[in-house]
Amino acid sequence: MKNNMRFAVASGLAGLVFGWGLIISGMANPAKVIGFLDLSMPWDPSLMFVMGGAIALGLPGFFLAKRLKNSLMGLPMNLPTNTHVDKKLLLGAALFGAGWGIGGFCPGPAVVAAASLATDGLIFIAAMLAGMFVFSVRNR
Amino acid sequence: MFTVNWEAFTPYPALFGGLLIGLSAVMLILLTGRVAGISGIVGGLLKPQHGEFLWRLSFVLGMAAAPWLYQAVVGSFEFESPRGTVALVVAGLLVGYGTRLGSGCTSGHGVCGLSRLSLRSLIATGVFMVTGFVVASMLMHVI
Repeated sequence: MKNNMRFAVASGLAGLVFGWGLIISGMANPAKVIGFLDLSMPWDPSLMFVMGGAIALGLPGFFLAKRLKNSLMGLPMNLPTNTHVDKKLLLGAALFGAGWGIGGFCPGPAVVAAASLATDGLIFIAAMLAGMFVFSVRNR
Repeated sequence: MFTVNWEAFTPYPALFGGLLIGLSAVMLILLTGRVAGISGIVGGLLKPQHGEFLWRLSFVLGMAAAPWLYQAVVGSFEFESPRGTVALVVAGLLVGYGTRLGSGCTSGHGVCGLSRLSLRSLIATGVFMVTGFVVASMLMHVI
């Protein structure tokens, strides 16, 4: 197989596993997310375990990745290099958090919900793509 | 008063799903050298860069296939969206714009960034978690 084809197959598989992780964990269910984020209601702490499970594997994985010059498929290791904490980071994270708290969707679950043709998933992802589009127009 | 909803508490599926998310992020970084940040992947499709389009499309298609394959192999899964249309549109615009401005979301900063021990991602994660808690906790009491 040509290298760019193997690259696409590996990332498609990773996408599938990611989607299954969102579904099984409950992250793909906005009511579950809101049950975690809304502390004014009886609190459902389940989603803390999602982050815990992901980071338990992520820590050794990225520890290894940082020590590799190239990926196992021979592609360059594109780890982020930006370490600046600036206004863009803080404002962007705050806007994202507000939207997450309002809708109960973050980008991954939005893709899963839209793909399963749930009306609310389609509405949310259309607005999310519009928000991303506005950003890229403003920052050309 | 603060209470825990033990009836809704599902630590094992949450942990197992989280392990799968971690596995996916580790697969992607070790095999392809790319970070599994969903907002970056989706945003990158809107603004294609040479050599960075196909893998992103493939990742999103893999995610999109996930609910269909899950229903075919395992069965249905819980999905309930409690908010109205206006709230969803406002939320979507904030999530889309905010994740691009802040260069990441729950996956890019939360999972991959924290796993890389990035201080920048730790701060971003702290900010979106706190804002998410505050906004979700106040929403039904202010509107």
